[in-house]
Amino acid sequence: MKLLRVSLLVLSSLMISCFAFAADMKVGFIYIGPPGDHGWNYQHDVGRKSVDEAFGGKVETVFQENVPESADAERVMTQMALSGADMIFATSFGYMDPVLNVAKKFPNVKFEHATGYKTADNVSTYSARFYEGRSVIGHVAGKMTKSNTIGYVASFPIPEVVRGINSAYLAAKAANPNVEFKIIWIFTWYDPAKEADAAKTLIQQGADVIMQHVDSSAIMTVAEEAGVYAFGQASDMSAFGPNAHLTAIINGWGPYYVKRVQQAMDGTWKGGEQTFDGIEAGMVVIGDMSDKIPDSVKKEAQAIADGIASGKLHSFTGPVNKQDGSAWLASGETADIGTLLGMNFYVEGIEGDIPQ
Amino acid sequence: MDLGDIQISLLLASLIVAATPILLAALGELIVEKTGVLNLGVEGMMIFGAIAGFIATIETGSPWVGFLFSILGGASIAFIFALVTQIFRANQVASGLALTLFGLGLSSLLGHSYTGIKPAAFSDLHIPILSEIPILGVILFQHDPIIYFSILAVAAVYFLFRNFRLGLILKAVGENHDSAHALGYNVIVIRFGAILVGGAFAGLGGGYLSLVRVPQWTEGMTAGAGWIALALVVFASWQPLRLLIGAYIFGGVTLLQLNLQALGLEINVALLSMSPYLVTIGVLVFMSARRSRGSLEAPRSLGKTFFGL
Amino acid sequence: MLRFEPRKNRSKFLEISAPIIAVIMTMIFGGLLFYLMGKNPFEAIKLIFWDPVMSPTFSEYSRPQLAVKAAPLILIALGLSFGFRANIWNIGAEGQYIMGALASGSIGLALYPLQAWYIFPLMIIGGILGGVIWAMIPAILKIKFNTNEILVSLMLVYVAEQILALASVGFLRNPEGLGFPGSRDLSKYSSAANPELISGTGIHLGVISAFLGVILLTYFLSYHRTGFHIKLIGQAPRAANFAGVDLRYIIIFCLSLSGGLAGVAGMFELTGPAGLINIDFNVGYGFTAIIVAFLGRLNPIGILLAGVLMSLTYVGGELAQFMMNIPAAAIQVFQGMLLFFLLSTDLLVTYKISFKTSIRK
Repeated sequence: MKLLRVSLLVLSSLMISCFAFAADMKVGFIYIGPPGDHGWNYQHDVGRKSVDEAFGGKVETVFQENVPESADAERVMTQMALSGADMIFATSFGYMDPVLNVAKKFPNVKFEHATGYKTADNVSTYSARFYEGRSVIGHVAGKMTKSNTIGYVASFPIPEVVRGINSAYLAAKAANPNVEFKIIWIFTWYDPAKEADAAKTLIQQGADVIMQHVDSSAIMTVAEEAGVYAFGQASDMSAFGPNAHLTAIINGWGPYYVKRVQQAMDGTWKGGEQTFDGIEAGMVVIGDMSDKIPDSVKKEAQAIADGIASGKLHSFTGPVNKQDGSAWLASGETADIGTLLGMNFYVEGIEGDIPQ
Repeated sequence: MDLGDIQISLLLASLIVAATPILLAALGELIVEKTGVLNLGVEGMMIFGAIAGFIATIETGSPWVGFLFSILGGASIAFIFALVTQIFRANQVASGLALTLFGLGLSSLLGHSYTGIKPAAFSDLHIPILSEIPILGVILFQHDPIIYFSILAVAAVYFLFRNFRLGLILKAVGENHDSAHALGYNVIVIRFGAILVGGAFAGLGGGYLSLVRVPQWTEGMTAGAGWIALALVVFASWQPLRLLIGAYIFGGVTLLQLNLQALGLEINVALLSMSPYLVTIGVLVFMSARRSRGSLEAPRSLGKTFFGL
Repeated sequence: MLRFEPRKNRSKFLEISAPIIAVIMTMIFGGLLFYLMGKNPFEAIKLIFWDPVMSPTFSEYSRPQLAVKAAPLILIALGLSFGFRANIWNIGAEGQYIMGALASGSIGLALYPLQAWYIFPLMIIGGILGGVIWAMIPAILKIKFNTNEILVSLMLVYVAEQILALASVGFLRNPEGLGFPGSRDLSKYSSAANPELISGTGIHLGVISAFLGVILLTYFLSYHRTGFHIKLIGQAPRAANFAGVDLRYIIIFCLSLSGGLAGVAGMFELTGPAGLINIDFNVGYGFTAIIVAFLGRLNPIGILLAGVLMSLTYVGGELAQFMMNIPAAAIQVFQGMLLFFLLSTDLLVTYKISFKTSIRK
C-alpha cells in the first residue's frame, strides 16, 4: 500500500514536471545587438514578450542577443533547432543566408526572417512599411519647424533608409513648401556618441526638428538639451526628451509574431510568404503625440495615418520627379513595390547625393 | 565653397566637448605607457567608468558623486589589470584585451536596469568676464567643469614630466626598468600606481560620455572610443601638449566631416574616417626616423614585463 | 619578499595543473556570478563546458563546430606566436585577417561567374598575399625606421576596418543585392567556395589547415634553423646577436608568417562559414588569437588546446544563453575571468617563486 502511494506520488510528480516542461511550442529569437538598446532589438524583444503573454505557458520563447551576422548566426540557429525550437525568428537583414542554410537542414522548423528577400518552403520574410510612418512624422516636422530646416541622421545608404528620407521629405514639403532637408550619413546603426555629434551639427546648422534612422536614443537627449524637436525611433523615447519628443514611429512586431505563432500551432503557417505590413496591420505604430503639437496638426497627422491605413492615401503618390528632374510618378500614380524595395535615388528637391 | 551655415565658434566649442572623453582616457594611458606598461584595456575601463558614474548619479542625484564613482570604477577595474600584469607578471597585451572583454561584459550586466533613464543635468560653468569675450568666449569659456579639468590635467601632466622628480622617476621606469630598479626604485609599485591612475582617467572619460556628452546609458556606448584613445597616445608621441592638440584634431575630423555632409557636399566618409590613423602612422614613422633619441619615441620598456624585485 | 626565478626545467606537473587550477577558479567565481544572478551555477557550467562535447542533444553538431570556430583562432595564433617568441609584436592580425579576406574576395568576385579549377587556389594565394602585404607595412617601417610595430599594426586594423566598410557598401557590393551592403555569397559560387568536407560537420579546408599548421610549425620550431633562431632571440637576445642571427630577416619572416596565416584564415572564413563580405565580417578573431597565443604559451600544441578551450566557451556560452536565459554579457564576464586566471597561473609554470628576506635595505 505504502509502495503504491509512493509510486503514485512519483508518477504524478513526473507527470507534473512533464507538463511544466511540455510547452506546445518552443520559439527562438536571435538579435543582432542587446535588447537593452531601446531601439531595434528592444522592440523585437517586446514582440517576443507579447508572444509569451498571448500564449501563457503554451509557448516557450528563448532568445540570444549579440549574434553577429556571420557563421555564428548559423551555429546559434542550429543549436536552437537542436534544442527543440519549432520556430525561429531571425531579426536582422544579415541573417538572410544563414537562415536559408539552417532551414535546409531542419525542414520541420519554421523560420521567419526580418527585412530579407529570400524565402524557402520553411522560410518566410517580414518587413514593415516604416515609410508610411515617415509620412506622418514628416508632416508633423514640416508644420513644426520654424527655421524651415529639418535635420536627418541616416545610417547606411540602403533602400530602406533612402525610402524613409524620400517619404518624410514629400510629406514635409506638402505640409510646408519652404522646408529644406539636411542629411548626415554616419555609416553605423549604433554609436550613441556619433549620433549625438551628428544631431548637434545639424542643430548648429539651423535645424530645429531632427529626424533619425539610427538606433539609439542619443539624438533625443541632444534635442532636449538644445531645445529643438525630435521623433522617437523604433520605440517611444519620450523618457529621454519629454519636451523634445513630438511623437514616435514604433515598430510593432507583437501582433505579427503572435499571429504567426498561432498559425504555426494551427498548422496554417506557410513558408515562402513575404509580409510587408504597415500602419494598417499595426506593424508601424504612431506613438502618442506631444502637447507641443497644435491640435490642428495632430488632426492632420492622424488623418494621414488613417488615410494610409485605409489605403486611400499612399506615401508616394505622383506627380513626383526624381532628384535629377526626370519624371518618376505621373499625377495620381503610386509607387510600385519593386521600385520601393530597391530605391536608390532621392526625389526632386532634396539636396546632396546619396554616398557611393 | 559655402561655409555660411557652419558657425566656426560653435563648431570649435562642440569639438572640445566631443574630444574630451578620448582626451581624458588618452591622458591616463599616456601616464601608464610612460612607465612602460601597455594597457590595451582602455575601452573596458572607459565603459566601466561610464556605467559606474551613471549608476551613482541616478542613485544619488548628483553628477559630482557620479564622476567620483566613474573615477573609482575605472581605477578598480584597472586594479585587476595591475594585479594580473604586475603581481602575476602576465603578458600585458593579452591581459589588456581580456580587460576590455571583462569591462564590456560587466558594464552591460550592471547597467541592465539603467537603460532609458536620464541622469541629473550637469550644468556648464560660464567663467565670469572671460565667457563674455565674443567668439573666444563661446569656444573656450562656456563649458562644464570637467572640460576645464581635462585641460588643467594635461598641463599638470606636462609639468609633472618636465619639472618634477616623480615624473622623472616614472620615465626612468618606462625607459629601462632594470636600471630604475638598480637605482632603488620599486618598479612594480610605481607601475601599479600608474595603472590605477590611468584607469581613473579612463573611467572619468567614460563617465563624461554617459553623464554629459550623450547623457544616457546604453550597452556598448563607448563604441570604440577607447581604441581611438590608444591611437591618440601614439599620435601625440607621448607628449601631453600634443595629446591635447591631437584629441581636438581627432574629434575635429569627425565633426568637420559631419558638418560638410550637412552642407550637402559630397565627401568620402570612409577615407576621412581612416585619415587620423594614417596620419598617426605617418607621425610614428617621422618620429622614429629622426634618429635623435629624445623624448619623442616610445618608452623603451613599453609592454615588457619586469621580473626583478 | 617575493622572488622570481625563471625555471630551468619546467615541471610537467605544473604545466598541466596550472590551467586546470585556472579553469576550476573560473568555475568557482563564474558560478558565484551565475548564482548571484539567480541562475543555477551547476547547470550553467555544465552547459558551457560539458554539453557541447557530451550532451546527446548537441554534441553531434557541436563537437565539429568547436573545431570550426577554433580554426581561425588557431591559424592566426600560430603565426603570431613565432613573432611573440622573438619579441616582434604584431597585434594587428585583425587587420591582416580582413585584408586577406578582401584580397581573396576581390579575386573571386572579379572572376564571377567564371567556373574554373584555378580560381580557388588563386584566392588562397590572394588571401595569403593580402595578409602578408598588410603585415609588411609594420615590418618594413620597423626595419627602415625602427618604428614600433605594436602601434603601426594596431593602427592598420582601423584602416582595414574602414576599407572593409568601403568595400561592403561600395566596390564589392552585390549588384543583385537590392542595394543592401554586402558582397555576393562566395560560398554559393562553386569555383570559389570552401565547402564542408565531411557532410554535416561544417569541417572545411581551414580546419584541416589549422591542424596541419600545428604539426608543421611544431616541427619547424624544433628542427629548422630559423625556428631555432627565433627561440634563441626570445630566450637570449645577446647570444642570438653573437650567433649572427639576422634580425631583419627574422622580422620579415615573423611578420610574413603571422600576416599570411591571418590572411588565409580570413580567406577560409570568407569562402566557407561566413560566405560574404560585409561590414561586420570581422568578429575579433585577430584580437582573440593574441590571447589564444599566450594561453597556449606560444607553443603550437598549446595553441591548439587553447583555441579549442576558447571556442568551447563561445559555443557553450551560447547554449547557456538561450537554454537558461543568461545574458551575453555574463558570458563575456565569464570569459574575461577565465582569461585572467589562465594568464595569472602561468606565472607558476614559467617562474619559480620563493619567499626570501630582502637583501637590500
